[in-house]
Amino acid sequence: MQACVAVKYSMADYWNIAPGMENALKECFSRDAEADVTLEFSIPEKDFNNAGKGSSEVKNLLKRLGVDSEVLRRIAVASYEAEINVAAHSHGGEMTSLIYDDMIHIKFIDEGPGIADIAQAMVPGYSTADDLVREFGFGAGLGLPNIQKNSDALHISSAAGESTLLEFLVFFAQ
Amino acid sequence: MIRLTEYLPLIEGVNWTPALSPETVEIEGAYVCDMLSDVMGSAKPKQAWITIMKHLNVIAVASMTGIPVIVFSKNNVPDDAVIDKATEEGIVLVSSPLSSFDLAGILYKLLAK
Repeated sequence: MQACVAVKYSMADYWNIAPGMENALKECFSRDAEADVTLEFSIPEKDFNNAGKGSSEVKNLLKRLGVDSEVLRRIAVASYEAEINVAAHSHGGEMTSLIYDDMIHIKFIDEGPGIADIAQAMVPGYSTADDLVREFGFGAGLGLPNIQKNSDALHISSAAGESTLLEFLVFFAQ
Repeated sequence: MIRLTEYLPLIEGVNWTPALSPETVEIEGAYVCDMLSDVMGSAKPKQAWITIMKHLNVIAVASMTGIPVIVFSKNNVPDDAVIDKATEEGIVLVSSPLSSFDLAGILYKLLAK
């Protein structure tokens, strides 16, 4: 993960590591292996017809690689929620999926306007979604909690008026 | 576990995805919800999704979650782009005149048999 190196010091960082995944994550930080496959997608603002394409491509690729279906479901849900978040709440952004032989690391970097209070954004049911987003059946305030629930590690770095980085890891072996 | 073909006649169901065969769809339960994130957070593979939502993102949510069939209550009919996407993803789309409550109740009874 990018850790704090690429992030401005003024920005708030939120980390969540699933219980039991601490060692796997530590090992992950210390290796410098390049990803086997890198996929990039851009996510335009409020484009709900195309949001989800990146997640769909990732899901299809991992399925071909033989990733377990329950792991695949977790990756797909976390990734789709994050894609919808970028489309719904930001001025657009980029999704980068780094696929290794034992895990996937997906990064979402948007063009702002940032999250003022990350802890509050993590509370299930809290949402700042507008009417358009709600009309589509999004805006339940469950996106970030769903990403956390389905990932082995989650990192969010943001501040009001800044871009948001959200990245998560899922290991293929359960 | 039931097959979708056992459920369809009981709900006057219309299959909008004739390219997919309902006899191969196995159902172990259902999730009744119109909020997409709640479906992604709590629905499980092999569950039917009963909803009035019928736009394109519904197909993505079903696909990500592993839902094999979406049942639209109160005669909600998806448009062609949604049907095409569902066919491509292998997700059966069904419309019924019944309410979400009745659709869930009938399925519940059928599964309990």
